[in-house]
Amino acid sequence: MKRRVLPGLPLSLGITLVYAAIIIVLPLIALVFKAASLGPADYWRIISSDRAVASYVVTISCAFVATLFNLVFGLALAWVLVRYRFPGRRIVDALVDLPFALPTAVAGISLTTLFAVNGWFGGPLSALGIKVAYTPLGIMIAMAFTSLPFVVRTVQPVLEELDPTLEEAAQTLGGSDLSIFARVVLPLLTPALLAGVSLSFARSLGEFGAIIFIAGNQPFETEITALLAFIRLEEYDYPASAAIASVMLIAAFVMLAVTNLLQARALRYTVRN
Amino acid sequence: MKIRLDNVVKTFDTFRAVHGVSLDIESGELLALLGPSGSGKTTILRMVAGLEYADGGHIYFGTEDATDIPVRDRGVGFVFQHYALFPHMTVSENIAFGMKVSKVKRSPEAIRERVEELLALVQLSGLGERFPGQISGGQRQRVALARALAVDPRVLLLDEPFGALDANVRRDLRRWLRRIHDELGITTLFVTHDQEEALDLADRVVILDKGMIVQQGTPEEVCRHPENAFVMRFLGDANSLPATVRDGMAYVQDVAYDAAGLADGTAEVLFRPADVAWREDGQGVPAHIVRVLDRPDSRRVLAKTTGGQSVEFDTAPEFPHRKGEAGFIDVRRPRIYKNG
Repeated sequence: MKRRVLPGLPLSLGITLVYAAIIIVLPLIALVFKAASLGPADYWRIISSDRAVASYVVTISCAFVATLFNLVFGLALAWVLVRYRFPGRRIVDALVDLPFALPTAVAGISLTTLFAVNGWFGGPLSALGIKVAYTPLGIMIAMAFTSLPFVVRTVQPVLEELDPTLEEAAQTLGGSDLSIFARVVLPLLTPALLAGVSLSFARSLGEFGAIIFIAGNQPFETEITALLAFIRLEEYDYPASAAIASVMLIAAFVMLAVTNLLQARALRYTVRN
Repeated sequence: MKIRLDNVVKTFDTFRAVHGVSLDIESGELLALLGPSGSGKTTILRMVAGLEYADGGHIYFGTEDATDIPVRDRGVGFVFQHYALFPHMTVSENIAFGMKVSKVKRSPEAIRERVEELLALVQLSGLGERFPGQISGGQRQRVALARALAVDPRVLLLDEPFGALDANVRRDLRRWLRRIHDELGITTLFVTHDQEEALDLADRVVILDKGMIVQQGTPEEVCRHPENAFVMRFLGDANSLPATVRDGMAYVQDVAYDAAGLADGTAEVLFRPADVAWREDGQGVPAHIVRVLDRPDSRRVLAKTTGGQSVEFDTAPEFPHRKGEAGFIDVRRPRIYKNG
């Protein structure tokens, strides 16, 4: 082995790999084994049951909307925090991390209280005929709340590093604000946005604590996949629970692969000859 | 396009960056704004571009008052010190950017044709598909120039265009930029803190200090007739000896220099290292040699006068004297400026 100047490679690498194996890989393997103990026919029957499919639809569609919302709102929030100086900026900046720091159950209960028909927001909204608590809309709000920091925190550093002379150059070339944003700023933020969006989407898919309070958990309507897996668990039907969980695992892997692919595409220009 | 600045003022918070600068730039002229950092030269350039608004005064493009025209409608080509190329676009896409976002619609063929034309002008044909990260600094700056020229600007503005490049590349690009300017005849204004670059490249040099113009003129005028000690010092190495003016003569120790027209009082005598002869016959300011430095084409002598002042001068490589020897410093082209 070549001599190295930096010490500690065997020790630190060893600890890292063992830790990763125990904390991440082992549980996933256990999950796959548990699900595999079912046999293909049973496995398929469980994961393609009407109730399970309905839960996928609810989870994915709500996560999609919540992520879309976070993409727009998170980008705007990061933009405001980086580009402008205003009183209270540091407080807003600190508030962004709150959804991470708050126990998700607390978030769920607060949101339910606010959006219930007799709550501060729910009251006026129900007068307008909009029902939030115990509907998919409530699930979306809970998902958006808990996954907001991802987009902000991934975009913020990239935006800070964005060379302001690029925008000045585009201005001297006659670009309008809109064309500069679309042709210069957005493409340069795309890799960070993709990273933020994929994390936000993954978190929304897996969110449990914040959602179950506000969702109402009606099978076929407002029941999320994570809850369905939990219900099977409570019924001591471990293989069925593992089967449903494996679907979420596969979804997460597929999504990570797709985002990495998109990111590599967006970063093509950094590859040197 | 003739550019005129009329009493332009810019203040940042409490710092006054530009104090009432007035300046005429003739159509087709290549003009250098030369000054140390903080002299306001870049601020002036950015105000001409519209990247900063002037707090006072007016900027005219021809007869049109351009003071309040936003940058995107002002029709200037701007080249940044660090290129500011769009990293996610190829060289061709960078050059085409201005034409694509323009209100004047051009067909894709017309744009492609113009990009090829500009690539040929900046001698980068064949590199159009590269990304900026894949070409050298000198090539990037040429792409930046092509991009600025693509929109047919009324005036070309360059902010320390060669500041980030190696000395050799810098000299080549300088000569090359001069050729392009002569070919296109576009009014060009560039900012630099490098006096050699300004004198090499410009038709006319404007020297700035602390937000004010201290002298302007052709390279010959500013080199041969620096109007004050700042200009003399800024344009190149200068020795300084304290002097006393009496009856139109300046005295350094016992040596008298013609100072006709200067009022009595203290002054300083400035001279270039090349304008000194080392003598042993008693003519000049007495001094002794402290060190001799060898250079490929000359010897530089560090000497100290009996009055305790350090003086540096250049001699032929055959200069025979050594450290410790005493002699006299005979100044050939002294420039005498009143103190203060």
